[in-house]
Amino acid sequence: MKKTKDRLKRIGENFYLVFIMVFLYAPIATLMVLSFSNSKSRTQWGGFTLRWYGEMFQSSTIMTALQNTLVIAFASALIATVIGTAAAIAISSMKPLPRTVIMGITNIPMLNADIVTGISLMLGFIAFGISLGFKTILIAHITFNIPYVILSVMPKLKQTNKSVYEAAMDLGASPVYAFFKVVFPDILPGVLSGFLLAFTMSLDDFIITHFTKGAGINTLSTLIYSEVRRGIKPSMYALSTVIFMTVLTLLIITNFAPEKKGAHKN
Amino acid sequence: MGNLIDLINISKSFDGTLVLDDLNLSVKENTFVTLLGPSGCGKTTTLRIIGGFERANKGRVIFDGQDISDLPPNKRQLNTVFQKYALFTHMNIAENIAFGLKIKNKPKAYIQDKIKYALKLVNLDGYENRSVDSLSGGQQQRIAIARAIVNEPRVLLLDEPLGALDLKLRQDMQYELIRLKNELGITFIYVTHDQEEALTMSDTIVVMNQGYIQQMGTPEQIYNEPENAFVADFIGESNIVHGTMIRDELVEIFGSRFACVDKGFGTNTPVDVVIRPEDIDLVSPEEGSLKGVCTHLIFKGVHYEMEVTTSDGFEWLVHSTDMCPVGKEVGIHVDPFDIQIMNKPASEDEEAVGVNE
Repeated sequence: MKKTKDRLKRIGENFYLVFIMVFLYAPIATLMVLSFSNSKSRTQWGGFTLRWYGEMFQSSTIMTALQNTLVIAFASALIATVIGTAAAIAISSMKPLPRTVIMGITNIPMLNADIVTGISLMLGFIAFGISLGFKTILIAHITFNIPYVILSVMPKLKQTNKSVYEAAMDLGASPVYAFFKVVFPDILPGVLSGFLLAFTMSLDDFIITHFTKGAGINTLSTLIYSEVRRGIKPSMYALSTVIFMTVLTLLIITNFAPEKKGAHKN
Repeated sequence: MGNLIDLINISKSFDGTLVLDDLNLSVKENTFVTLLGPSGCGKTTTLRIIGGFERANKGRVIFDGQDISDLPPNKRQLNTVFQKYALFTHMNIAENIAFGLKIKNKPKAYIQDKIKYALKLVNLDGYENRSVDSLSGGQQQRIAIARAIVNEPRVLLLDEPLGALDLKLRQDMQYELIRLKNELGITFIYVTHDQEEALTMSDTIVVMNQGYIQQMGTPEQIYNEPENAFVADFIGESNIVHGTMIRDELVEIFGSRFACVDKGFGTNTPVDVVIRPEDIDLVSPEEGSLKGVCTHLIFKGVHYEMEVTTSDGFEWLVHSTDMCPVGKEVGIHVDPFDIQIMNKPASEDEEAVGVNE
């Protein structure tokens, strides 16, 4: 009696898990399958093909957009990492009250609705007479990336023993040398995961880019959006698949790389 | 021999709270000086001011005749051993020890020699390539000491370096530190709240409380002749009672007169009297200067700890190897030289100033 009940329970649990997983990932799986389908129909499998991938790589608009996306993601992540790390170091040495206030302020761009951030950035650029284009996208991305870097560096700084820095100074190191020689290696995992997080966020962003990009420049997300309005081409499926896989890979690296390091330490 | 370090009129406050108030302290070359006091007494702040990690609001730090008050830590000829070791975990032991020498651009062979020598000195030969995490707390602390002494500092500052270690290891390390100090001939300035540690290792103990130096002297002086109630209470256990100095060498406690060896307090002056628990002899009621009943008895291993309540209600703490059963009437006898007389502090300020002279 009890055995059957247990078994039923286990089947129920597994069913629920599978149901949720299907619910979450079936749409993406559909997209990926269709990107390999040799048919423009969205309901019929037309045989395996890499045609859409070929088309995608041959399209100069897609390739330019891809290049823009990668350059912006990399540059904004890099600059945000430098600024964010410096900010995190300053914030962590503040007294509790100002620290809480500053952390609250830096978190606003992250909690704020993207559309508000996007529109206000656009208005800001126009108000200050900055013409919208590549550089405004870059500035916007740096802006919303900084809080992510701060958030991932802060815990590492908290773990770092402050006297390590003082010990280096005590042994004759200048403040700069002491920082790069003993503090930076300690917080490096946090800095790296901050960079990857920022890179992913930038790669992912549509709304803020949409409002700050101006005419004549596209990133992948804005390109897909404008293409879709004209009717979906299967090469867009291929492109979406590539984006999804890239983001997934980066996320996996972000989540597992620092943990591995930590495990090694202990 | 002149002083190696002079702290002159040092004051320091954090967020409006005064931590050190007009502190003066001199340290002679090649001595083991301990700053001893409860937490928050300013001892660590004093050490950090010497090391250059804090800047005093007022006053000067003189090192070997030169004013180093404004020098950053990396320009000072002293090294620090931190409470939590502060080893560089991403470097191995040899790299940790070589850190200071590499900055000074010493030749490779010299550095190798120094690493070997330092590891031998702290009894960890052959540990060059081990990682920091593979060492125990005591070993890490010894590496921290090795890392500091390879730089041949004139002064080694130690901030409660044994605080995180267990009792046995702490005692071993105390002897190691004494040995190191004697072998290296450098000046140690040691911060601790552990009075036993201070008594064991120091040439000079500086007892601090609330930002003031309460007393400075050899361990014997501090223990046997505490200058005020705080020192008497903080160092070891003691009975501190109110008394009246009748005249030189005679003090009255709870209506009984005791012969003592202290002079110069005037006549009929109220004073504090310190009597160490191990200096009280329990005798028969007729022989004692005071009569009381034993109210408490605990076996402590080395001795018995007893409480004797006298008729006026005071509970005397007594340490003795002879047991006195609870409820027994006893007399209290104290030899003249075991009685330590102290002036009563008129105010908290005077309590502190009185020891600065």
